[in-house]
Amino acid sequence: MSSLTSLTLKAALDGLAAKSFSSEEITTAHVAAVEAARDLNAYVLETPEKALEMAKASDARRAKGQAGPLDGAPLGIKDLFCTQGVRSTAGSNILGNFIPTYESTVTANLWRDGAVMLGKLNMDEFAMGSSNETSAFGPVVNPWRSEGGNQKLTPGGSSGGSAAAVAAELCLGATATDTGGSIRQPASFTGTVGIKPTYGRCSRWGVVAFASSLDQAGPIAKTVEDAAILLTSMAGHDPKDSTSLNVETPDFASFVGKSVKGLRIGIPKEYRVDGMPAEIEKLWEQGIAWLREAGCEIVEVSLPHTKYALPAYYIVAPAEASSNLARYDGMRFGLRADGANLTETYENTRAAGFGAEVKRRILIGTYVLSAGYYDAYYLKALKVRRRIADDFDQAFEKVDALLTPTAPSAAFGLGENADDPVAMYLNDIFTVTVNLAGLPGMSIPAGVDAKGLPLGLQLIGKALDEGTLFSLGGAIEKAADFRARPAKWW
Amino acid sequence: MAIDAATVRKVARLARIAEPEEKLEALATELNGIMTWIEQLAEVDTDGVEPMTSAVHMPAPMREDVVTEGADAAKVLSNAPKTVDGFFVVPKVVE
Repeated sequence: MSSLTSLTLKAALDGLAAKSFSSEEITTAHVAAVEAARDLNAYVLETPEKALEMAKASDARRAKGQAGPLDGAPLGIKDLFCTQGVRSTAGSNILGNFIPTYESTVTANLWRDGAVMLGKLNMDEFAMGSSNETSAFGPVVNPWRSEGGNQKLTPGGSSGGSAAAVAAELCLGATATDTGGSIRQPASFTGTVGIKPTYGRCSRWGVVAFASSLDQAGPIAKTVEDAAILLTSMAGHDPKDSTSLNVETPDFASFVGKSVKGLRIGIPKEYRVDGMPAEIEKLWEQGIAWLREAGCEIVEVSLPHTKYALPAYYIVAPAEASSNLARYDGMRFGLRADGANLTETYENTRAAGFGAEVKRRILIGTYVLSAGYYDAYYLKALKVRRRIADDFDQAFEKVDALLTPTAPSAAFGLGENADDPVAMYLNDIFTVTVNLAGLPGMSIPAGVDAKGLPLGLQLIGKALDEGTLFSLGGAIEKAADFRARPAKWW
Repeated sequence: MAIDAATVRKVARLARIAEPEEKLEALATELNGIMTWIEQLAEVDTDGVEPMTSAVHMPAPMREDVVTEGADAAKVLSNAPKTVDGFFVVPKVVE
């Protein structure tokens, strides 16, 4: 049955439609793969009974000719999405045994279209991290290893569980979220495809909040087409999220395979940073050559405020997080650690429930919003954010999309960057600009480094122009012909 | 503006996170490292720039002020650490 887990989502949906196998069969194969891969720590909660129940219901729908676009496809769900009746923790002890009484809009859309849930995927606590090491459940281990090595590598973060599960064939695709790079950097580290759509494409309702003006859901998948199929189901207007865009969701898969001839691709010179490994530089050049061969016109562009994006992000995101996470007070849900009085109970609850990185960011956020510092830090960062968005607006007057590396390195060893928060933050140097501007960004696996580890290229598009990214992503995928897979050791 | 242990104590209090006295110095060093790196924002000329508060270019949507769902105390209380007779139980708030 292992061949069923090796299928792409598209091939699996075709096989289900052709009745080559049932949802129960492909779901059973995935449940077995998940159970056999516990060393990866990708799932924080396996829901095999629910999966089989949903699979049987899917088979019944299909028998009646009522199958939806994703009917019978087993997926993994990042534990940031609230799932009705199924524990949802955001990777944090403070949510404890939180069992939502409601379903997030994005996951509800997937179930509406017939998908099957295999379980909840590990992640950095409250999506704050780039290595999955801040999870209360311990880090996810990347299924990829250096050639000849056995060191445990990070799958990236915060959607490390989603990326590892897709790469290790523990689901046909996964939901993820991206506040500063949390879909794209793990996709790059695991040889998978990840897209953060335009801010407002996917409803944030029922997704545990980190930084509300930056958070956006998207898929991690095996191929560009699979990512397009998943995003088409996940996206859509939702009146329950006041920032949800009231726009039509195109059939994103119809853009994959379209000619990219004549498209103008911008190469932002500021993304050539000091200390970037030569292999990444080379891969970027290769990506430029692929798109040129596909008929694109390559244009050098300037995004002069790029270097200020990360420091601006580390004001804006912690400020919003300190406000959003004020709700974890131990009164209405989650953990409570009693103290001598109300204030002490709040303080003990939050000290016991939050991990070190989350506390650090709450403290930074509280500091930059506190009396006397608001203008100097928070307001300044919002103005720099505008400058960064203006840079993109100007570039997009000249080009249709941008091509950059996704991350400044390949997957690194677990524990390697743990002592220096700023070194860890630099992982998002190429991805965070897109969140600040609200634009779509996609990571596509494009090659491997000298150690055999995957590297991704990033495409950045105009707002609501994911279609062009899917066409370009498809062109890169075809040219790269990335077939490397992690050797199974788990 | 350097962050010292006293500042961390104050900010931790504002954030309602109990931080033990012996950890304050180390936290101050850590937060200073991050804030020093952030200081480079001062280089950016932002005179006359409108702060960007949202990534969405649209006015906030309005809806009718009507009750959409509610009156389900059991659901609301289902994850509470302590409840009695359909109420949350919290520490004494008013002396």
